[in-house]
Amino acid sequence: MTLRSSLPFAALLLLLPGCFSNNRHQGEKLYAQHCSGCHGDEGQGLGRLIPPLAGADYLTDHRAELPCLLRNGQREVIIVNGVAYHNVMPGNKALSPAQLTNLLNFIETHWGNSASPRTIREVEQQLDACRVP
Amino acid sequence: MLRRLLLLPTLAATLLTSCTEAPKQAARLPIMGERDVVPRADGGPADTVYAAVPAFRLTDQFGQVLTNQSFAGRAYVADFFFATCPGICPKMQAELLKVYKQFGQKPELAFLSHTIDPAHDSIPVLRDYAERLGVGTARNWHFATTGAHGEPTARDTVFQLAQAYFTAALPDKQAPGGFAHNGTFALVDDQGHIRGLYDSLNPKEVARLLQELPILLAEVDGRRKGVARK
Repeated sequence: MTLRSSLPFAALLLLLPGCFSNNRHQGEKLYAQHCSGCHGDEGQGLGRLIPPLAGADYLTDHRAELPCLLRNGQREVIIVNGVAYHNVMPGNKALSPAQLTNLLNFIETHWGNSASPRTIREVEQQLDACRVP
Repeated sequence: MLRRLLLLPTLAATLLTSCTEAPKQAARLPIMGERDVVPRADGGPADTVYAAVPAFRLTDQFGQVLTNQSFAGRAYVADFFFATCPGICPKMQAELLKVYKQFGQKPELAFLSHTIDPAHDSIPVLRDYAERLGVGTARNWHFATTGAHGEPTARDTVFQLAQAYFTAALPDKQAPGGFAHNGTFALVDDQGHIRGLYDSLNPKEVARLLQELPILLAEVDGRRKGVARK
């Protein structure tokens, strides 16, 4: 009896890790894979060539535009913390709304950044409103 | 008895390796590339001729002409980049900047970054790049082009030069920015021999460059003093 009643519980325990496993640090992994080469391991940027992400006013001032910026890239001069940067940033069309959400949530809560978390739904709506590049 | 016999070679091997490994610390850096053995006309022992960087003529961000002679008596670290590179260059130049911050004050060392996009990277672009990297006033870090005068062969010239420094660089429409290249740092001695190659994208390799640079600088220093004495 005890064995039979504990069986579903054991099955549940086995299945549970599947729900959490990979996506937990997805934002951090995506950052390391796609962004850190230019923006640095700590979001520090590079001189006046690559803008920083750590403590960047652009992230808070243009919060709603960031999903489109990541998807379509950035070609014009961009002013971050009062400094003008003119390098091109390539976009990434392959990242899903969920991945962009995790990535932005990672960037916006590290290296002194402390924005409130985004939801996937919010990011999806912002992506739908992207200007056609 | 048999066991003792077996132990002997093991013991000998340990002793031998400890003997051969110890002097490695003080060893000179190797010379990269092919070497030629050239018989001497007078019948004396043959000379070994080591590979060296081929003759080049570049112009840097200050409009200054650079040839092999510009680096006589100095070692230099060379790499290949382009100003609009969205791929590996920022990482690579950030790593070279670390090396520069540690060794940039050494009079017997220079830095040489070649653009592989001479059509775009004019002298003003290179100067702007150096300033933006934070080394605008540095006279010993050259950002140089093979195409200061719009030479039609500039791109081929720099690709060939890259090959001589064991760096792969070629146009590639698929690659970010239109060029595929790898982030090799080449350490060149005062006589034009390449003494070390390091992958700038691998932190262990950059650490090895920082370790090996003083070994080469000591060697170069020794030669500089020798010349001064004469």
